[in-house]
Amino acid sequence: MLNTVYRLTQPRKFEIAFDDIDIFSGDIIVKPTHLSICNADQRYFQGTRDPKVLAQKLPMALIHEAVGKVIYSPDPEFKPGDMVVMIPNTPTEEDEIIAENYLRSSKFRASGFDGFMQEYVSIRADRLVKLPDGINPEVAAFTEIVSVSVHAISRFNRIAHSRRDVIGVWGDGNLSYMTCIFLKKFFPDSKIYVFGVIPKKLSDFTFVDETFLTNDIPEGMKIDHAFECVGGNGCQPAISQIIDYINPEGTISILGVSEYPVPINTRMMLEKGLRMFGSSRSGREDFVKTVDMYKEYPDIVEYLSHMVSVVKPVRNIKDMIEAFDLDTKKAFGKTIMKWEK
Amino acid sequence: MIYAVIAAGGIGSRMGNLEKPKQYLTLKNKPIIAHTVEKFYVNSYFEKIIILCPDQWVSHTKSILKKHLPENDRVVVLQGGSTRNETIMNAIKYIEETDGLDDDTIIVTHDAVRPFVTARIIEENIEAALKYGATDTVVPATDTIVESQNKTTISNIPDRSKLYQGQTPQAFKAKLLKDLYYSLTEEEKDILTDACKIFSMKGYDVHLIEGEVHNIKITYPYDLRVAMALLEDEKK
Repeated sequence: MLNTVYRLTQPRKFEIAFDDIDIFSGDIIVKPTHLSICNADQRYFQGTRDPKVLAQKLPMALIHEAVGKVIYSPDPEFKPGDMVVMIPNTPTEEDEIIAENYLRSSKFRASGFDGFMQEYVSIRADRLVKLPDGINPEVAAFTEIVSVSVHAISRFNRIAHSRRDVIGVWGDGNLSYMTCIFLKKFFPDSKIYVFGVIPKKLSDFTFVDETFLTNDIPEGMKIDHAFECVGGNGCQPAISQIIDYINPEGTISILGVSEYPVPINTRMMLEKGLRMFGSSRSGREDFVKTVDMYKEYPDIVEYLSHMVSVVKPVRNIKDMIEAFDLDTKKAFGKTIMKWEK
Repeated sequence: MIYAVIAAGGIGSRMGNLEKPKQYLTLKNKPIIAHTVEKFYVNSYFEKIIILCPDQWVSHTKSILKKHLPENDRVVVLQGGSTRNETIMNAIKYIEETDGLDDDTIIVTHDAVRPFVTARIIEENIEAALKYGATDTVVPATDTIVESQNKTTISNIPDRSKLYQGQTPQAFKAKLLKDLYYSLTEEEKDILTDACKIFSMKGYDVHLIEGEVHNIKITYPYDLRVAMALLEDEKK
């Protein structure tokens, strides 16, 4: 079946292309309905990635956060009309030790191959997770990034020692907000402290125990473990501060992406016997866990709905460009494309 | 219930010296008609996909569809009529005789030679036909349209901002379409170019659905070249 694909051919330029979907390949055919823009998509769109990377990856359809409606399914587990979240990570092998999102052989939508800016998406059944009836699709659209938080917290739970009286989260943006919502659910007995720089943003974290400005941290502050959700140029001061305030043998979970190598105070890291681990992306298990938690705690979806910054109906290429431009103007939250293709 | 009615009536006379009607020409390793039928086949709203073609091409069409759509229990191939509207009436007659017609039976009619139709266009046609009774898929006219009564000089240049180019699908409440068609005189039938005109002649609104420029009709050899170019993978 001929399928319309909207590929970025060069920064700020989308073009229509067509591919031929084999409807009898065994894959499920999903019609994307709500797409969420991620900073990684924005870097391709704005052309801020390395020119060599751009030349290698484009043309490519962007977007790796999306939900859709099953149109056609040879698999009895899915039927037409089911709302599903699509998993962008696509493993090509199984490994009993290494998780699917860390296997170097895995492919990722809108990075190694076409993302979800398509009329239809042909996708393996194991790359779909059914959504509960009536869920807000604008929130479900960014389940992928939520599942990255859930993935990091699940790993933290395996790695960190069991004294978890106070967990500190550095960052006052989207990633920090999502991570804190889930930390409160995973560890209801722990105190969650958030450390940020913008008071207005910190005031949105109504569900945590305390928020602090990073230039005004009370004396005697101690935390057992920490999550770094800052990224970019803010990575270094955040990690430095975490090392200062964390108790010995604490675990630091790194989630913020930095384009540059970050100097770390290894002397103090060694003296305190700290553990530091990185997390990136997520796999099927994390998506299933995230959707299960949406069902179990409806207030999670309610809090996440505060992150929906813009919902832009998209019917043509002009709308796509407008959606990406609107996304650059927002201070917080996610831009959702209501995909009418 | 909703039915797709794919009109594959062309005999290929405009397609140069080719032997086959244009809907049977190959595009990306598959006959054009198979691409078009797949677009409807994947949508479970359609109870059946009814393909109408000239009498001498019925067996050929069945073979093609059996090859490319092996699980094709929802696909029916019938003989078309002498005009496009007679062809549509054949489909309605088939529906009436098999499943029965009621006021909400919808038919979505489409050209077999428009394989680039999109999911949105199909869905919006269905929704609007259920609500309004009749739809037509259009794109704003880009060329200036010139009218000439005598084929020599201009008699009128209509305001382009009010002009659209018709595409397909068109969707209709099937029973209403049938009733209106059989209420026409033979003279009225003679001037019909398409089914939407039946509704507008009888004073019914036909709702416009926004088409896509790429929803092209493969009529001339040039169009086939364009279609092939659209399908070239620029990633290679």
